[in-house]
Amino acid sequence: MTDLRKEPPLVVARHLYKTYTLGDDVLHALADVSLTVNRGEFVAIMGPSGSGKSTLMNVLGCLDRPTSGTYALDGREVSTLGRGELATVRNRTIGFVFQNFNLLSRTSALENVELPLVYAGIPRDERRRRAREALERVGLGTRLGHRPSQLSGGQQQRVAIARAIVNRPKIIFADEPTGNLDTKTSIEVMHLFRELWDEGLTLVFVTHEPDVALYASRVLVVRDGRVVSDVAQLPKDAVLAA
Amino acid sequence: MNVANVLPIAFAALWRNKTRSFLTMLGIIIGVASVISMVAVGEGAKARVSAVFSGMGTNLLIVLSGSTSSGGVMGGFGSMPTLTWDDLRAIRAQAPAVRAAAAQQTTRATLMVDDANWTTSVGGVTPEFFEIRDWQTLKGSLFGETDDQTGSKLIVLGATVAGRLFGPGSDPVGRTIRIRAVPFVVLGILERKGQSPMGSDYDDVAYIPMRTFQNQIQGGLQKFIAGIIMVSALTSVDTKRAQTEITGILRDRHHLGTMDDDDFNIRNLTEIANAQQQGTKALTSLLAAIAIVSLVVGGIGIMNIMLVSVTERTREIGVRMAVGAKPWHVLAQFMAEALTLSMIGGMIGVVLGSSLAKLAASKLGWSYVPRLDTAVLAFAFSAMVGFVFGLYPARKAARLDPIDALRFE
Repeated sequence: MTDLRKEPPLVVARHLYKTYTLGDDVLHALADVSLTVNRGEFVAIMGPSGSGKSTLMNVLGCLDRPTSGTYALDGREVSTLGRGELATVRNRTIGFVFQNFNLLSRTSALENVELPLVYAGIPRDERRRRAREALERVGLGTRLGHRPSQLSGGQQQRVAIARAIVNRPKIIFADEPTGNLDTKTSIEVMHLFRELWDEGLTLVFVTHEPDVALYASRVLVVRDGRVVSDVAQLPKDAVLAA
Repeated sequence: MNVANVLPIAFAALWRNKTRSFLTMLGIIIGVASVISMVAVGEGAKARVSAVFSGMGTNLLIVLSGSTSSGGVMGGFGSMPTLTWDDLRAIRAQAPAVRAAAAQQTTRATLMVDDANWTTSVGGVTPEFFEIRDWQTLKGSLFGETDDQTGSKLIVLGATVAGRLFGPGSDPVGRTIRIRAVPFVVLGILERKGQSPMGSDYDDVAYIPMRTFQNQIQGGLQKFIAGIIMVSALTSVDTKRAQTEITGILRDRHHLGTMDDDDFNIRNLTEIANAQQQGTKALTSLLAAIAIVSLVVGGIGIMNIMLVSVTERTREIGVRMAVGAKPWHVLAQFMAEALTLSMIGGMIGVVLGSSLAKLAASKLGWSYVPRLDTAVLAFAFSAMVGFVFGLYPARKAARLDPIDALRFE
């Protein structure tokens, strides 16, 4: 495997501001955040609720645009892109995993995983094949036709992870991915993320659970819209393996 | 993402709320069905009027003689004979727009056979009459010029009269009928014409040659025609010209000054028929307009339900956007749903409307004419309604902010 850390950084954000005006009050959800994430990093963004960590992830995940500042993702400036172009960036470069899974109900696991490929314009047969591969990768090869309501929370999150990786993204953003899961399932899901990271994916998590942050190679702490701490660490499983 | 992807998604979304989708469609179904059936009913009425008038003859003009005036009491048209046989010959010879002209004199008489009798209208006609009325025989033949000249005692019976005298389905050709003790030989039976616009029976009638009528019934030859002249114009557009020509000829022949009124009257049946047609046409348009209003109301129903659907599925829209759906993908998806609703509704409406029109036609005894243009138009209009009323909800969905949509509870 090539050393990904030698390629140019995946995320280069400079002086990001996200400002909301509520009447006379001006609220800085992000205040002068500058951040670089290299390829192959596993970043955990921590902080109390209302600290701006979700806003940061939305901006980095191209779901939202910063009020000011520049943001280059995979070498491309994205802070000035239109809604349609941002959708393409989300589709090709990014995978999302949410706390509440955000699967389409009454739609099979396979079809949920196919969704990003539909918008990428992939032909049906290839879509089916790749979605099946992704589900097999997360250990749900036998649950292709199940609907979210027929799956456990951990299985639903695995479907969501399969959906996030099916389009072979460069980076995965996860917002409290274990927030709705019990401890045992949380560990299983985190091990799955660990494996994906080992395969070379870059991960950025938002979490307030220290247990989850232990898996990361780097922990950012956000407070009042600013990065107040940025520490590299030895990830949990690496410790165990050592 | 293309049409092949959008349609199954739209179908699936609509199938999920079957009852709601059907009720929404119902507005369009009723709208389209009423457009189709209303236009068909209007067309049926028009065809009926047209058939009734064409039963009288093609491009027909009727020339009546003038009115008597007795102490200020006007006798009405036809009460004073002013039309002469020479007038008839002049019309035939001098009016280029006239195809044929015939004289008709009528009386009521009792027709007797051995064991039956029937009182009906007996017409003395010149042979052109049958050509003008476009009337063929069912059995036997018609009398011609020679029969008229020689005053042959021949008679042609309407279907009703033949049935009354000889029984339905019999063949009385060659048998003898007596009118006022004068024997007539049955030459032919006329095909059925049905009802006149006023409801009388065209087939309750018998015709004999004009010369025979004058000799045997009227008594002696007369200078004047104690009846009417029937004229057939060359084509339907020539009826007006024929009317003008005949007016000119008759005024000239009757030596009428510029200040004098006509001493005759010309009825242009094509114009009367056209006026009737206009009436039914206006009715058809009115019915169609009402039906179109209901189609628009159906469209508002679609908009309403699409707005509900967009709100309900805000989270779904957010998820789709997060994984890479562009605004136009979302727009296309909701437009596809609105169009699917309206077009399926339109199709069902076309089928339902056609069946209703067919049913109405059979109940009213009209002929049902399937109108492809109306069906296509109504269907296209329903699709347009779906497009117009689907656009606003679809745009609303496409303009959602992905984060707000994902957070929507």
